[in-house]
Amino acid sequence: MRSLSYVQAKTVREAIEAYAAAGEGARYIAGGTTLYDLMKLGVERPAHLVDIASLEGADRIDTSGDVLFFGAGALMADVAENDVVRRDYPVLAESLSKAASQQLRNMATVGGNLLQRTRCPYFRNGAIGAYPCNKRAPGSGCAAIGGLDRGQAVLGISNACTAVSPGDWPVALTAMDATVEIQGPAGPRSVPIAEFYRLPGDTPHLEFEIEAGEIVTGISVPKTEAGRNSTYLKVRDRESYAFALASAAVALAMDGDHIRQANIALGGVATRPWRAREAEALLNLRTIEPDIALAAGRAAFADARPGEHNAFKIELGARTLADAIMTAGRKMQ
Amino acid sequence: MTDPQDTQFLPLTRRQVLEAGTVVSASGMISTATAQAQTQVTTSPSLPENGTTVHIACRVNGQPTAIDIDARASLLDMLRERLGLVGAKKGCDHGQCGACTVHIGGRRIASCLTLAAKVNGREVTTIEGIGSADGLHPMQQAFIDHDALQCGYCTPGQIMAAIACVKEGHASTPEDIREYMSGNICRCGAYVGIVAAIEQAAPQIERG
Repeated sequence: MRSLSYVQAKTVREAIEAYAAAGEGARYIAGGTTLYDLMKLGVERPAHLVDIASLEGADRIDTSGDVLFFGAGALMADVAENDVVRRDYPVLAESLSKAASQQLRNMATVGGNLLQRTRCPYFRNGAIGAYPCNKRAPGSGCAAIGGLDRGQAVLGISNACTAVSPGDWPVALTAMDATVEIQGPAGPRSVPIAEFYRLPGDTPHLEFEIEAGEIVTGISVPKTEAGRNSTYLKVRDRESYAFALASAAVALAMDGDHIRQANIALGGVATRPWRAREAEALLNLRTIEPDIALAAGRAAFADARPGEHNAFKIELGARTLADAIMTAGRKMQ
Repeated sequence: MTDPQDTQFLPLTRRQVLEAGTVVSASGMISTATAQAQTQVTTSPSLPENGTTVHIACRVNGQPTAIDIDARASLLDMLRERLGLVGAKKGCDHGQCGACTVHIGGRRIASCLTLAAKVNGREVTTIEGIGSADGLHPMQQAFIDHDALQCGYCTPGQIMAAIACVKEGHASTPEDIREYMSGNICRCGAYVGIVAAIEQAAPQIERG
């Protein structure tokens, strides 16, 4: 790990100024559960850290207005335990409580979690550097393609990268049409979460719609009655404390027995939080039946492109989504 | 029959033996310069660090602590290498095993993934700080009562996580305990005893 300087900022403005003053090699750090981990692996090599974990008011959680607002500095554990979120938007609470461990949820922030890097083992193989990775070293190649690709994505992949987008919270936020609030040297701006995550294409090292020096300051989620009929189902290699092999965030707006609007996003199977519009369309005006749910699951994976060892994710992902649709449907009373 | 020769070893604790052993083996196995550097760090906490340092003033187990430490250092390394609090263990050093669990401001965190610089002004509690003058913390006693360990390496982290688990209100059912203790891995597989120990200790620990 490189020697580095460290400053704690008290306000967003102070942080942005400190970042600019630090020059090359500056990085913001909040909970640090991704950045510090990758620094130890030699994947990230910052020279200056600007700590934004203690910005004034950055941990505000406000569920009283037209939107749910989560300050970027709110801890994952605190949002997961918020009473309104748990009762009215279980998909959000569950996506957080099924992520990481309580220790990490007490450290990691809901803003920082949006920027979590992939768990692709070839990407994380930084300090040793034995494997190429277009995300870690642009243009070097991809060892996962044709390699040990059991954990890799089947949706949204390119010839340059198949790394899975690792988060759970971003998947739930994608289903719920969240907006990411950002501040930078040029002022504040809002980015719909659907535009926040980039497909890898030829530039897998460019992952997020955020510029150097900008800070995620908050997340807004429009309020919807569909939130009550929602769930986050996460299937892992073990029962708890693991990244998703396949996950599904589902929220259903109902007209009596019929689905008026389904909001669906998938995790663990795609290179970014994956909105499943085909599955949503298929559920439109239908009742909640197992065969319809499975058809929606299959529709979500119609364009899937498996590698050598991860074809199981197509069936697993379809059935995960089908189960989540049934669970969300059962909440409707 | 008692051998009077044995008594001279009794004042030595297991920890003192281990610490002495570390220095001896370090001297024997690595270059003299490195060995000296390592010895100096443990015996001379005020020695300047290699990289840019930050000044930290915090409380550790109730004791005011001030230290200049490398800005890259983890809280775990600060506790173990600079403060001699070796209860928290370095298992994976990547936040995946839970052996390094300590509390900051009463909440459990992974000290290996926490920059030491972040605890400036904070209250840190380690396994060394949970007992009282009267003896063991109820969770420590419960782990003994239920044989909730084998090799013991993960135990300080398990106990710190377990105390927090109860205080959070996540220990009312065995299912809840298993879910909220899943961040602490035990390679010996003492999980059945760990869940039983937490069930026993929970009523004796006040909710936060």
